Amino acid sequence: MNLFNIIEEIEKVDPEFTDRINPRRDAIKNITSFGSKVALASLPFAMGTMFKKAYAADSTASVTDVLNYALTLEYLESYFYNSGTAAKGLIPTSDASYIADITDDENHHVTFLQGVIKSLGATPVTAPKFDLTGGNGSGKGPFADVLTNYQTFLAVAETFEDTGVRAYKGQAPNLLGNQVVLTAALSIHAVEARHASAIRLLRCNKGYASIEPWITSSASNGNDTGIPLIDGNYKGENNITQGGVDITSLPSATPGQKTAIGLATAAFDEPLSMSDVLALLVGTFIVH
Amino acid sequence: MKTETTQNPGGVNLHRRAFLQYAGAGAAAIGLLAAGCKKLDGVGMKKTSANGIDIGSGDLAILNYAYALEQLEAAFYNQVATTPYKNINASESYRLLNIRGHEVIHREFFKAALGANAIPDLTPDFSSIDFTDRTSVLKAAKAFEDTGVAAYDGAGYLIQNPDYLTIAGKIVSVEARHAAYIRNLLNFGDYAGSDVIDANGLNNSMTIAQVLAIANTFLKTKVSASHYNYVA
Repeated sequence: MNLFNIIEEIEKVDPEFTDRINPRRDAIKNITSFGSKVALASLPFAMGTMFKKAYAADSTASVTDVLNYALTLEYLESYFYNSGTAAKGLIPTSDASYIADITDDENHHVTFLQGVIKSLGATPVTAPKFDLTGGNGSGKGPFADVLTNYQTFLAVAETFEDTGVRAYKGQAPNLLGNQVVLTAALSIHAVEARHASAIRLLRCNKGYASIEPWITSSASNGNDTGIPLIDGNYKGENNITQGGVDITSLPSATPGQKTAIGLATAAFDEPLSMSDVLALLVGTFIVH
Repeated sequence: MKTETTQNPGGVNLHRRAFLQYAGAGAAAIGLLAAGCKKLDGVGMKKTSANGIDIGSGDLAILNYAYALEQLEAAFYNQVATTPYKNINASESYRLLNIRGHEVIHREFFKAALGANAIPDLTPDFSSIDFTDRTSVLKAAKAFEDTGVAAYDGAGYLIQNPDYLTIAGKIVSVEARHAAYIRNLLNFGDYAGSDVIDANGLNNSMTIAQVLAIANTFLKTKVSASHYNYVA
């Protein structure tokens, strides 16, 4: 990594860059005082934080933006489960109540978020047009049989739930210290994770996939679902470095044995940025 | 280390040099964690008695709070791994060992993150759990996992450092996956029961005081949080 090049590239697009990282600037001060304690291994992480702080005022989504983004994702999920429930012969009777509980939660999330946005004096976004086949409105996407083939339906459900978990997680820093909204977002986030676990167990029990309730990545691929088409939704889940520390280097549960990569990745779910999530959904499931 | 140096006075490269000097500082001092890129805020933990501790305040306290819960969970699943319940089947055994692995990782992560500020090793008290009995073990696991989720959800807003907030988020969803799985083992379909999910579809969240009151029933070392209105 050539730091000079990086800074020069940034200066080209942002002439004020050197001023932004001026140590006298308040946002930067608390970083520089820590300089001597920054670990070599964690430098990329430290730099990321520094850039984030330098640009915080420009890039931080407002609370309303975060809520409307969350609402859009909930519209998609609730539309998906309601469509699945309405599709005759799709969900086996034996699984009806199992899926219905998820459907109820997603419908409640929509109502709840609409209410929160209104209570903040803002206007909830309306639901966009969806294509559950992932075909951007053609109805002929890669998941064309999503409402006729239960196996496909559960595969898409798993994708939405795991991605939903990542999407909420990615927005938490934008709600820092906000007791009401952050707590609500974390609480919805936890419910999405419960759903993800439940759908994963169901897929496994049905013999549709050899997976666990948690995401067990390999060193090279975050995606453990057995569906290469959705690799992008799991990109980065194979991260084993947390806060600058290689998790597999910490003392393991079995003395003398190094922590396996799969275990290290499964112990942490990774966030996705708003732009990454929208890039995955818009033009596929969200009609553009 | 100071970065407001004048190595290149008047030059346009001053700040660049300052930045580079900062960035290169790591070579001189290898620490363990830089997630915050600054010292953790808050007042450190203190011993309150021979067998009691207080987590202090600020991010230090919240991380020690999480560390206490992860210690408890790891100790519990270590016991399950050592003395599996009667007639445990292969898939349950495999997945409980997986969960044990995750909890040990969480514990070791917080221990490393806190370094010298970490609370001591806690001594658990699992006398209320019959480790030979599946239902007894899974009910305890459900309590640990559901409480863990509610604890992280409830304490998230107290975290001041965005990087640690993200890491807490990375952990809470894994705890929620565990909770849903354990609940499914006890009662298939109860992965998000009405005892933990409210009418808005929100997972319940708990205060530090509520959580520690439960956690302390499984601990010989009593954990207090006087700054958060709880003394064991």
